[in-house]
Amino acid sequence: MREVSRDRIKAFLTLLPSIVLIGIFVYGFIGNTIWISLTDWGGVAALAEHPVKHFIGIQNYVDLFTGFLEGRFRQDMVNAVFYSVSLLAGAVGLGMFIAILLDRKPKGEDFLRTVFLYPMSLSFIVSGTIWRWMLAPQGGVNILPTYAGFKPLTFKWLSAKTTVLAFNWQNLLQIGLYLVAVITIIIGFIVYRNSRSKSVKWLAIGALSGLTAWIGGDMLPKALILEEIHGFNLATLGIIMATIWQYSGYTMALYLAGFNGISQDLHDAAMLDGASTSAYYTHIAIPMLKPITISAVIILSHISLKMFDLIFSMTGPDNAETGHPALNMYLTTFRANEFARGASIAIVLFLLAATFIIPYLITQYKQRRTR
Amino acid sequence: MKKLFKMVAALTALCFLGIFQTAQAKDLTGELEIFSWWAGDEGPALEALIDVYKKEHPGVEVINATVTGGSGVNAKAVLKTRMLGGNPPDSFQVHAGQELIGTWVMADRMEDLTPLFEEQGWMSVFPEGLIKLIGTDKGIWSVPVNIHRSNVMWYIPSKLKEFGIEAPKTWDDFLKVAPMLKEKGIVPLALAQNWTANHLWESVALASLGAKKWDALWSGELAFDSPEGVAVWELFGKVLEYTNDDASSLSWQQATDMVVDGRAAFNVMGDWAAGYLSTTKGLAPGTGFGWEASPGTGGEFMFLADSFGLPKGVKNLDNAKAWLVTLGSKEGSDAFNPLKGSISARTDSDLSKYNDYAKSAAADFAKDTIVGSLAHGVTANEGFMNDFASVMEMFLKSKNAQMTAKAAQQIAVKNGIAK
Repeated sequence: MREVSRDRIKAFLTLLPSIVLIGIFVYGFIGNTIWISLTDWGGVAALAEHPVKHFIGIQNYVDLFTGFLEGRFRQDMVNAVFYSVSLLAGAVGLGMFIAILLDRKPKGEDFLRTVFLYPMSLSFIVSGTIWRWMLAPQGGVNILPTYAGFKPLTFKWLSAKTTVLAFNWQNLLQIGLYLVAVITIIIGFIVYRNSRSKSVKWLAIGALSGLTAWIGGDMLPKALILEEIHGFNLATLGIIMATIWQYSGYTMALYLAGFNGISQDLHDAAMLDGASTSAYYTHIAIPMLKPITISAVIILSHISLKMFDLIFSMTGPDNAETGHPALNMYLTTFRANEFARGASIAIVLFLLAATFIIPYLITQYKQRRTR
Repeated sequence: MKKLFKMVAALTALCFLGIFQTAQAKDLTGELEIFSWWAGDEGPALEALIDVYKKEHPGVEVINATVTGGSGVNAKAVLKTRMLGGNPPDSFQVHAGQELIGTWVMADRMEDLTPLFEEQGWMSVFPEGLIKLIGTDKGIWSVPVNIHRSNVMWYIPSKLKEFGIEAPKTWDDFLKVAPMLKEKGIVPLALAQNWTANHLWESVALASLGAKKWDALWSGELAFDSPEGVAVWELFGKVLEYTNDDASSLSWQQATDMVVDGRAAFNVMGDWAAGYLSTTKGLAPGTGFGWEASPGTGGEFMFLADSFGLPKGVKNLDNAKAWLVTLGSKEGSDAFNPLKGSISARTDSDLSKYNDYAKSAAADFAKDTIVGSLAHGVTANEGFMNDFASVMEMFLKSKNAQMTAKAAQQIAVKNGIAK
């Protein structure tokens, strides 16, 4: 008994320095940023030795989402969502595909693995600059077809003005409800096999929110006074390509490690039972690697939310077409001296990242307890 | 007349010798940390300036702290964290005008330099219009090192002959020849990424409003959403129709290249383009490449300047003051500017050291009406400049002059420019 408590004290003492340091420099500063985001620190004399700050509640957040002048932030948020989704789909999909190819043990597998993993080791500034050159309107990728005798491409990878999937930010509530409806109905169908009653609940929520959005239509409260169109800017395609190029090697390495961990016996048994190669991967290998998929999604999603240097080096600071909240945060804080507004953007990003990470941590914690 | 000029020059030189002697008599020692973003092409110019300083004060160890990044995007952020942390450099580079005043003077972080200006006789060697723009009613806040001109239109004379046109004097002239150029597959006006759109906007606005109303815009007497303000955006929209559509992925050098290659006819850019055209592209000023004040702004000189100020609470006050004296001196500015490709802020600089473009710019600077640039920090504070970039994006996307002018007025109110 005494032995145990002494061990505990020792463990506590060893952990104490990091607890204190993390407490101050991570959680303390998050707290401080939250506090700043609730003040009006900014504008003239923001950089005085003792700047005057007044508590103004959540006004900064209200302005970000509904203020006339913060349309740029909203476009940045929309960009970030499309960016994250495309990065996840692209990097996980491509990484898995390469991993499956390499798992077939082709000749020179070691060499190829290094080749695909190598982009990870480049700094974003370097790869961003290279990609900016490659995607220049009259050079790089666009003149590739001329080598084969075709006409050069004219697509403007980083400066296209076309927007697809456009929607009006005024109807945010309606769109949100539709999204909820789609997601809950999908969950409902997935759950159907395991539990009928749960499935019905999900489907009911989905139908209800879908109906509200459909019938409510114009009656629903508007988020803005003026019409404001946002959507998926095709100019972000170049940046998405560059990020997928850089990160698919990483997801490949994750999956490859996972595939190697699956015992050869399982593979042989499946083959003996007459499974085809594709059936082996779709029904056995990939479902077994669900934890790896989850960690890849979590890591990539919070990377895409924090993405700064790649975008900065590819399209510069003032390109709203390809903007990202992280860039906006930096410019608002350190160029415009609007410290409170910048802090509120930081907190929005922090909360978004938390929505990915916290559920993950909770399930991990639960799993460990049940074990 | 010439004799008189020489005598005056000799006298001023004597004056400076005297000052240098008194400064040297103090025998400055210790360190001097100067903070700037002159790391790339401008590095040698800064080195020349430091050499002048070292010759005068051999006992001082100069720490040259530079942070790279065009027009100080990164340097300014580093400077802010240093100032907030209570560790100011002895002197730092800043765009003269509201970029300094709105951020640092309003925060009460700068020393008033009026005594230094009077002691050095700078009140009479710097143009009055310039001193007005770098000061407030409470004092003068920085020593300008160089002057650049923003409202310049560049072209290649031989190409214009090929196209059969002349450099337009007004935007109306430009809009007359532009459709013909466009038909031939030539871009009438080359444009680059977002900040160059702001840069073009200020030239268009100056042409549309005139110097008086331009100043009124920044003193808050003329509203951005007044009919005149809306007219600026309307004209700007017409001009934009004749620019290249891949602008936002080009650097300003690439836009200038378009003019050199004959893919575009004109380009509005600051006069750092003269250095690029003559040094990098090897064209002779006047014959190889030509320039005019941007359409409708003849007789007006829209300036921007780099300057150094003196923050409060520096460690080496005497050394920093001596540095400012070197910056404002004729010797210092004539060592720096020919290398930087700018002209001196002093009206008595030795023009034989400068190239042909700079000579013409210096002549204009002495006689033209001087107005401040928006895109480069003279007329508006940093808050407005940041928001204006968003307003510009709004216009590029919507092309709605009325709405954009309203938004511009709102950010002017928000940033304390308009009431």
